[in-house]
Amino acid sequence: MNTGPLVEVEDLTVSFGTLEAVRGVSLAVNPGECVAIVGESGSGKSVTARSLIGLTGENATVRASRLRVDGQDALRFGERQWRQVRGTRVGYVLQDALVSLDPLRPVGKEIAETLKLHGTVPRAEIEERVVELLREVGVPEPELRAGQYPHELSGGLRQRALIASAIACDPELLIADEPTTALDVTVQAQILRLLDERRGAGTALLLISHDLAVVAQLADRVLVMKDGVVVEEGPTGRVLTDPAHPYTRALLAAIPGEHSKGTRLSVTSGHPQPAPQRPPGEVVIEARGLVKDFRGRRAVDEVSFELRAGETLGLVGESGSGKTTVARLVLGLLEADGGQALIEGRTWREMTARQRREARRHIQVVYQDPLSSFDPRFSVRQILDEALMVGGVPRAERRDQALLLLDQVGLDGGVLERRPRQLSGGQRQRVAIARALAPRPRVLVCDEPVSALDVSVQAQVLDLLADLQADLGVAYLFVSHHLGVIHHVSDRVVVLKEGRVVETGDVGQIFTNPKADYTRELLAAIPRLDQPGAASLVPAARPRPTTEVIQ
Amino acid sequence: MTKAAPRARRTRRRLRAVLVRLATSLLVIWGAATVSFAALQLTPGSVADALVGTSIVSPQVKAQIIADYGLDRPVLTQYLSYLGMVVRGDLGHSYQLNESVGTAIWAQLGASLQLTAAGMGLALVLATVLALLTAKRSRWIRGVSSGAELVGTSVPIFWVGILLLTVFSFQLGWFPAAGGDGLGGLILPAISMALPVTALLAQVMREGLERALDEPFVLTARARGMSDAAVRLRHALRHALLPVITLAGWLFGLLLGAMVVIEQVFSRQGLGTLMLGAVTGKDLPVVMGVVLLTASVYVVINTLLDLLYLVIDPRLREAT
Repeated sequence: MNTGPLVEVEDLTVSFGTLEAVRGVSLAVNPGECVAIVGESGSGKSVTARSLIGLTGENATVRASRLRVDGQDALRFGERQWRQVRGTRVGYVLQDALVSLDPLRPVGKEIAETLKLHGTVPRAEIEERVVELLREVGVPEPELRAGQYPHELSGGLRQRALIASAIACDPELLIADEPTTALDVTVQAQILRLLDERRGAGTALLLISHDLAVVAQLADRVLVMKDGVVVEEGPTGRVLTDPAHPYTRALLAAIPGEHSKGTRLSVTSGHPQPAPQRPPGEVVIEARGLVKDFRGRRAVDEVSFELRAGETLGLVGESGSGKTTVARLVLGLLEADGGQALIEGRTWREMTARQRREARRHIQVVYQDPLSSFDPRFSVRQILDEALMVGGVPRAERRDQALLLLDQVGLDGGVLERRPRQLSGGQRQRVAIARALAPRPRVLVCDEPVSALDVSVQAQVLDLLADLQADLGVAYLFVSHHLGVIHHVSDRVVVLKEGRVVETGDVGQIFTNPKADYTRELLAAIPRLDQPGAASLVPAARPRPTTEVIQ
Repeated sequence: MTKAAPRARRTRRRLRAVLVRLATSLLVIWGAATVSFAALQLTPGSVADALVGTSIVSPQVKAQIIADYGLDRPVLTQYLSYLGMVVRGDLGHSYQLNESVGTAIWAQLGASLQLTAAGMGLALVLATVLALLTAKRSRWIRGVSSGAELVGTSVPIFWVGILLLTVFSFQLGWFPAAGGDGLGGLILPAISMALPVTALLAQVMREGLERALDEPFVLTARARGMSDAAVRLRHALRHALLPVITLAGWLFGLLLGAMVVIEQVFSRQGLGTLMLGAVTGKDLPVVMGVVLLTASVYVVINTLLDLLYLVIDPRLREAT
């Protein structure tokens, strides 16, 4: 048995052709330790993790002055030796088990696969062991779940099953690449607790994440990566409280939440946001007892709220809480089965087709994934041109107007002829916002507008939205599952659960003095930077696992 | 909510889906029968002449035909009695072959089934092997294979057949040049039928495999210590089969056309030969019979393929 580090790498460089994705990275993970690599997309954190199990792909060149896995010199490993290490010595968990488990096979089969490959358990006992593993990772009714497919399980159960398949052969090291990224906050807390339990049982953890707050819950040491290089490294507490590198400071400052309220996110010094602002004006949108059923299931149940001119109303809830359906009802894209959505005092139903078109101009929408909400064959100019045309801008003025819009969202005219695919995620979301602003709306419905973005890009987009509100007085109906984002942007908050309004109130009251148990449960699950390893992992805040069994 | 309620609802939903499916299948066959009947009515000259085609018959036989088909009655009655015949499985009588259409088709069915089964089976095996070996390989391997596939889909079938005959029958003398009932006579026709199908399937399958191999679950499988071959066989292949099924329904039409050509080139018996003879000899009852048969087989094959989707992809079971 080896007593040194489970994995040790020095001066690791990984290149794809001429592109160096990782440069000079050194790290070691000791038994029972949790090391985290934090960075944004393209920082090389995943590539680093994959090179530790020899899975960087065929067109990658991996060089290092030292690479030891489980006490062996992995630089000399052939495919066969790598395969003996994978699954037995090192387990690997990816994000989003919906695609990280084979969607065509029951989850039990996937877990059994690890056992079969390494022959650690006699064939006759595999089935039994699979059930045992599922129970170990906290899956209720494991016999039933083993026979189900990934799409039949909730996000949390799926992720647990994925972890079960990675730990089936009891590896000493578990590499988890964004293990909680697609999950709701309460489920995320549960998965983090599960990983923490494994660590308590002696498994070493290498955690990869874009989210410093998540990492803070578990990690003993943190490496911050940017553009393929480790820019900062140290004990978690020190890195979080006394970051040395400007990039780490920027990352920390970019996290939205209580501390960031009223300040800009994309600069480190805590600049105040431009103060808006006239007091909230007249009611622009009113929801009165909205009800919507899908296939006999009530998705939205008696939801009421009002949105006033120039303010931001946060609509927060976990997946399946009905928040997107509410947004669609307000936009008139779905017809309510009960209650009504009033747009400046009128319902969609009572308007004529002409009035409806006119009303649509005043209420625009920004989605989570702008790539799929753009016609991929349209250039930015065409995208904006169309939106301006809808807004009634004469053809001759559209080009100037488009440039003006781009300027408002912080882009220059150079992007006009590009297509959505040629833009970065942040640029795309800016174009989406510009498009939404084109017809000069009074209300912007933002449906998870920053959920697909990196923290620093998210910070820029949130700052942009704040600026635009101050300048233009647009009201935002801001839909998000991310409590930190909701806290940062909202004036008032509506908390949704299973289609019902659990609580409504001012943002300060909701976050400091929540009345409903569910709100308290949500808040307790938020990973916090100021109390590393504390908030979400204390058993007191533990939501019962039964709450995530679907239907 | 209890667990039984949604399950019962799902069963009801599935049952309804199956019934709808059956109803549309019958609709397709009815359509084919109606089109055949219309073709018969629209053929220039009297219907009786059309039914007789190019053969010469005595006035007695002609009177018999008029009686059989009820040609002295209104068109609607004729149509209904024709539909009645179809429902009973009676495809009529060929006055040229002087036997019932059913018997004529039945006699040729075996040879054609052998040919298509052999050709299709060979194509499936070859395409699977080819796709598994070449997906995500180095550029030149993929280049050579996709070049070969392009040639395979582009060359006309009859030319492949003639080429094979020239080399293996005339020059090398390994296989019979014409007819041949046994396995020896089947090999060259099956290969010529399989070649374009293989090329097409291999392209689709490789693309499907490459897409599947890029998915995160493949990375997960590799991280468990699975070998490349096992990842391809046990995970990726199943994903690659889905587009193949979509294609298979369409391929059936291609195979019918290929059958006619190949049976001619290799001087084989079969439905293709029967069909060609019937068309050139204006033997309408046989043409109508073959049309009905193909429509029915088409419907059966597509229904089976739809079921196969559900077997392969559990995600689709929810929707039905």
